[in-house]
Parts: sequence; C-alpha cells; structure tokens
Amino acid sequence: MLTLIGRRLVQLIPTLFFVSVIIFSLQQLLPGDPALVMAGEEKDPEVIEQIRRQYRLDQPVPIQYLYWIKGVFTGDLGESMRLKAPVLQLILQKLPVTLQLATMAMAIALLIGVTAGVVSAVKRDTWIDYAVNVISLWGISTPNFWLGIMMIFLFAVTLGWLPASGYVSPWQDWRQSLATTIMPAFVLGNAIAGVIMRHTRSAMLQALQSDYVRTARAKGLQERTVVMKHAMRNALTPVITLGALEFGTLLSGAVLTEQIFTIPGFGKLIVDAVFNRDYAVVQGVVLVTATTYIILNLLADVGYILVNPRLRG
Amino acid sequence: MNRRLTTALLAATALAASIGLASAQTTLRIGLAEDPDVLDPSLARTYVGRIVFASLCDKLFDIDEKLNAVPQLALSHETADDGKIVTITLRPNVKFHDGEAMDAEAVKFSLERHMTMQGSFRRPELASVDKVEVVDPLTVRLHLKTPFSPLISQLTDRAGMMVSPKAAKEAGERFGQKPVCAGPYKFVERVPQDRIVVEKFGDYWDKGKVHIHRIVYQPIVDSTVRLANLKSGQLDLIERMLATDIKEVRGNPRLKLATVTEIGYQSITINVGKGEPAKGPLGSDPRVRKALELSIDRDALNQVVYNGEYVVGNQWVSPEHPYYQQKFPTPKRDVAKAKELIKQAGAPTPIAVDYMVPQNPETRQAAEVIQAMAAEAGFDMKIRVVEFATSLKEAEDGRYQAYMLNWSGRPDPDGNLYVFHRSKAPQNYGGYSNPEVDAWLDEARTKSGQAERKAIYEKVAEKLLNEGSLIYLFHRRWLIAHTAKLEGLKMLPDGLVRVVGLQLK
Repeated sequence: MLTLIGRRLVQLIPTLFFVSVIIFSLQQLLPGDPALVMAGEEKDPEVIEQIRRQYRLDQPVPIQYLYWIKGVFTGDLGESMRLKAPVLQLILQKLPVTLQLATMAMAIALLIGVTAGVVSAVKRDTWIDYAVNVISLWGISTPNFWLGIMMIFLFAVTLGWLPASGYVSPWQDWRQSLATTIMPAFVLGNAIAGVIMRHTRSAMLQALQSDYVRTARAKGLQERTVVMKHAMRNALTPVITLGALEFGTLLSGAVLTEQIFTIPGFGKLIVDAVFNRDYAVVQGVVLVTATTYIILNLLADVGYILVNPRLRG
Repeated sequence: MNRRLTTALLAATALAASIGLASAQTTLRIGLAEDPDVLDPSLARTYVGRIVFASLCDKLFDIDEKLNAVPQLALSHETADDGKIVTITLRPNVKFHDGEAMDAEAVKFSLERHMTMQGSFRRPELASVDKVEVVDPLTVRLHLKTPFSPLISQLTDRAGMMVSPKAAKEAGERFGQKPVCAGPYKFVERVPQDRIVVEKFGDYWDKGKVHIHRIVYQPIVDSTVRLANLKSGQLDLIERMLATDIKEVRGNPRLKLATVTEIGYQSITINVGKGEPAKGPLGSDPRVRKALELSIDRDALNQVVYNGEYVVGNQWVSPEHPYYQQKFPTPKRDVAKAKELIKQAGAPTPIAVDYMVPQNPETRQAAEVIQAMAAEAGFDMKIRVVEFATSLKEAEDGRYQAYMLNWSGRPDPDGNLYVFHRSKAPQNYGGYSNPEVDAWLDEARTKSGQAERKAIYEKVAEKLLNEGSLIYLFHRRWLIAHTAKLEGLKMLPDGLVRVVGLQLK
C-alpha cells in the first residue's frame, strides 16, 4: 500500500513538470500584449517599455519560464501585475472561499444525488422512478447562470430572504456566510446531483440483481436492511470516485456561478487575470488547481483500494 | 426524500432570513462594474479605480459642471506670462490619514513620485514639468519645460492626488495595498474581487460635510445582478447601469436615477495609414469615409440600442461642451449623397470592410445597427467580434479596417484629441498623419485662453471632420441608480461618485 502511494507520488513530479510547461506555453499563445493591456488608456511607449523590462516580457519565453519555475520552487509564484500583490497571497485568500463553496456544493450534490439514485433504483419503473429521472435530467441540463439569476430574482429580489450576492467568511459570521453561499452551492450542487443520481441508480440496479442480495433476501432480512446495508454499500464505490473527480472540478473554480453571485473564489480570480493578461496569476492558479486535482485523484484511488480489498494486489 | 430536501432548504433560507440582513444606516454600499486595479495614484490606470479614489485621495483641484478646475487641496493657481511657471497655493491645515501634514514638501514628494516611479502612468501626464520647487510651506512652484495649458486639468485627476510621503516611502511599490492619502475616507481593507472598505477620516479638512461613516465598494460584473442587488436593498448605489434598464429604475419608487453626459465619446476608428488593410477604398479615400458617416443615422442608433438616452455628436467633445465647434453640426443621414460620394470615388460596391468590434453586448448591438445602415449605401461591414485585450493589439498592429472604440475622455479637449490624431502618437490607431494638424495640436497646448484655443481647434476640426480617421457617433451618459434614501449626489461629467455631502436618510 505504502509503495503504491510512494510510486504515485514520484509519478506526480513529471506530471506537474509537464503541466507547468503546458500552462506556460499555452499562455504565450494568447493573443494580446500584456504590457499594452497594462498600459491603460494612455499607452505611453516609455511606460510600456518599462513594464516589459520590469516583468521580463522582453526576454525569450524559455528564460521567462526558468525565472518563473525557479520562483515556484522557492515558494514565490510571482506578482500580479494588475494588483501589485504576490500571487501566493491572492491564492491563499481565495482558497478557503473556493473550498467552502465546493464542499457545500458537493454535500448538496451527494445528498440529492445518492438519495434520488437509491430511491429510483428501488422503485424501478414506478412513477417515482420516472419523476426522479425527469428531475435529474433537468438538473443536468439547466444552465448554471440561468438557474442562478432565477434564484436571485426569487429569493433575493422578490422574497428578500437571502442576499443577492457577495460573500462573508464563516469565521466572521457563520450565519451570514451560510446565507451568502447557499444559493451558489445549490446551483453548483444541482448540476452534479443529476450525474451522481444516474450513476447511483445504475450501480444500485446492478447490485439489487446480484446473488448476494438474493441471498440476503432469502435469509428473510428486512428490505430496508437489504437495500441500505448490502446493496448500497457496494454500489457506492464508483460514486465515491465520481464524487472525488467532480470535487476536483469544483475546486478549479466555478467561473459562471462565481461571477453571478460575486463569490471571490478561484473562478473570478482567473477570469479577471485572463482578461487582463495577468500571466503570473493565471499560471499560479492553474498550477495550484492542477496539483490539487492530481492529489485528489490519488486520494480517490487510495480510497478505492481501501474499501475494495480485491484491488490490493 | 424530496420532501426532506425541501424542508432542509426551507429551514436554511428561513434561518438566513431571520438573521436580519440589514446593516447600520451609515454604511453606503456601492456596486462597481469591475474590480479596480491597484489603488496607488501613480500606478492606477482604470476608470473604476477612480471611483474608489474619489473617497480616498483628494486632488489638488477638482472639476465643476463646466469642467473648470476648482480648489480642493490647493486653493489657487497662477501661470506666469511666459506660461513656464505655475504657482500653486495650498489649503492650510490639511492632514493625511496617518496624521502627517499635507504641505508643500508633501506635494513636491507626490508629484516627483508620479514623475519618477517605475511604471508610473502619471509620467506622460506630467511630462511638461521640469522641476517642482517649494517656495514656503503652503506654496509650490512648477517649472515647465514648455508652456502646457492642459496641466491644471491633469491635476484634477490622479496626477493631482497627493500621498503621504512617510507611508509611501515605507510601503514602496506596495503602497497600493494600503493607500494613505488626504481624502474624506481612509482605507480599511480590500479583498480583491470582493470588497474595498473605507471609513470616515476624522481629521478631513471638510469633515462637516462628511455624513456617512463607512463605504463598502463591491465589484459585481454582471449588470443584471448589480441591479438585482440594488432592488433587493443589498446595495445603495450602482454605477454604469445599462441604458436598457432605465425604464425599470424610473418605474421603481424606491430608486432614483442620476445621469450626466460623459466627457468621452464612442467612435469608429478607421485605418487610414497602417499597412495593407489601410489601402482599401475606406482607408485611402476621404470621400468613402464621408459616405460611411452619411449612411449612419445617429438618432436611430441611439433610439434602438440606447433607448434614446445618449447624446449624439460628431466631434471629440459633446455638443454641450464649451469646446464644441458649432460651425460643424452633426450631419443628418443622407444615403443618396453617400452613394454619390462612393460613385465619385470610383469604388466598386459593395465595399467590404473588416469591422472589428470589442466583445460587449451593447457595443455589438450598435455595430449590427451600423452594419445594416451602411449596407444601404453600399458597404459590406463584416463584423469581427474580438475580446478587448486582443482588439487593442490588433489595432496597434493595424490588422483591421474599422474599429468600434470608445474613449472615457479627459476634462481638457487636448486629452480627447492629441494622442489620437498627432502623427505617431500612442493612440493614433488609424495611422493618420498631417503636418499641419500636428502643428496646430502642438500650438493649442501652449495657449491658455479658451477663445484662442478654440480658434486653433476650429482649423483642426475642419481637417479632421473631412479627412480624419475617426467617425464620432455619440456620447454616452453616465448612469447611476441609487436608493431614494440617498441624498446629496452631485453628478459631474466624469461620472465619479463624489462622496462628500452624501446622506442616507
């Protein structure tokens, strides 16, 4: 087990190196000149030259990459050209926000998705099954921005129950924090719930038809115990993997949802950075999310092995 | 299970509602259209940043409704007869937020910082200043390299913002993370993309007129969401509302609308001298450009896209501006004449034009209306929607034939003219070059009387409006919507939210 984790961690190094090169070179392909964007409306040639020198934009791309990667190894992700603040500081500011939103969204997705999946598998081919299917299809196919704006109009403008947008940290005021994040978390969770529901349903159907469930039923166990203890536990393993992957995607920033609800997370940070050609910020955020994604993947694999002894080879 | 979920959600929302989301009455919450850049007057470059600076950093001078410079941190200014020495008298007993004195030494420090700091965007604005001399604690003298009449007008914007020398020396390049100026509000905190909080400054020189305790600036990019926040009471004021939302705001008794015509303009820049694309009929023949202008019905454009709320115009300043040349009124649409001009130019129709339009729903809609109008005169405007940063680069490199671009404007007409039409000037995207026009533009900078300058600009107008590279279309109105409880908002042509005198009832 330990060797496996060790091996995977070693594999992480070339992957991350590859990712860093890709991030850096793709970014250079973006049309537009960062110095020109930075120069604002005036665009004084002297100022533009100065910006180029200051941020080493006048150097060849491989040299720029070396400077950057050297900084990364010493914990310095560079400086935001637009905000004149260290990128690391910006990331540390946004990370808790994104983590909170992703966790809440995932909790909502699992709560709805798993419950709906199990119910529709157990009540297969009844009106309940059809209804749940329709609802989950709606969840998958509803655009986030539409649902978001509709919720704002209903809960914030018409009913006045929740703030339309903004963010409050839970350490500052947990109730306000909940009020500001519940809508975006629901919008994000709703989309994932549909996917999770479909997977749970098919896994449950398979499990319910398997021999051990028939044996359990033959032993005279209550249907509730058969479903919850025997079938569901086995059916959940693929759902865990799916959940981990979806969680990784959530961490890389929910751009549209953050934009609509004005949640200051990774999504908004990266969008602003891309439009302003603030290279250091884009590189920093992508590097951090790519690393997190890879680590989450690794954790999912480890978790998978832990719950499924057959995979321990 | 669905019932359980609904119950949980309802419980959560009810909980949130019961917390009571009202905040103290003396906090003003302002919704911004973008997240400002760095809050350092030397390094700042965005319009939205200026809205925040209006509460943080006072300037030597401010503007009035007629765009005259009026006293703020300075009381008066006097230019010597040769135009090369400007003496500024300062307001006594003014303090920075850190308690340091805002005196002549501090002014010298701030101006020199603007002029020498690495990456300072104020350097070109103050390029005419040779050195700054402290005469006495309340008097500074600016020695100029050459006479430069727009100088005082530059000091009504960021170049005129004074920073605490002590704080600026300590913070260096990081000053913008915690700016220390002499405005009515002092900096409290900033979370990028989330909020900027400022608090009333107890020692402000005009503190009797500052009534609101705290201001929170929140960037909300989506205009629908910004308005929704205002309607739900989460915000007290929003800037740069869409013209299409005006009806809704006017119909809401709890909201008020404040508007003023901008000092900038919206225009079509035409590539007349940059590379291959300039060689088409539009770029090479002024008659074809005139034909394009005549094919456009500015009033209809204004009605269709902007609810008729904007001000149509044909010059770099609006018809309400003191420097507007009455001799050249806005031409009416005349398709027959446009066709005639194209015929005279001998250009085969349809004339294909690579029409670059920056990505923005309103601009795009305006471009489509222009496309339809121009088609009737024989133009085939091929719209190419490009993200803004990319469009700048394309324009710089001359890879376009027509470019839909707006300019936020400067109080002095020089700021709307010089850099766009002077040969090889930084924003001369069209590549226009005419030695006569260059000489007039330079000359106007050395004259200080309005009549004298206006006479020079008349010659400039005659040339540019007939053969230049820009077709001016209209002037937007700054649209600010706010709660009816807010009183004392004074709108000036720069559209900034001036916070002194504001009251929340």
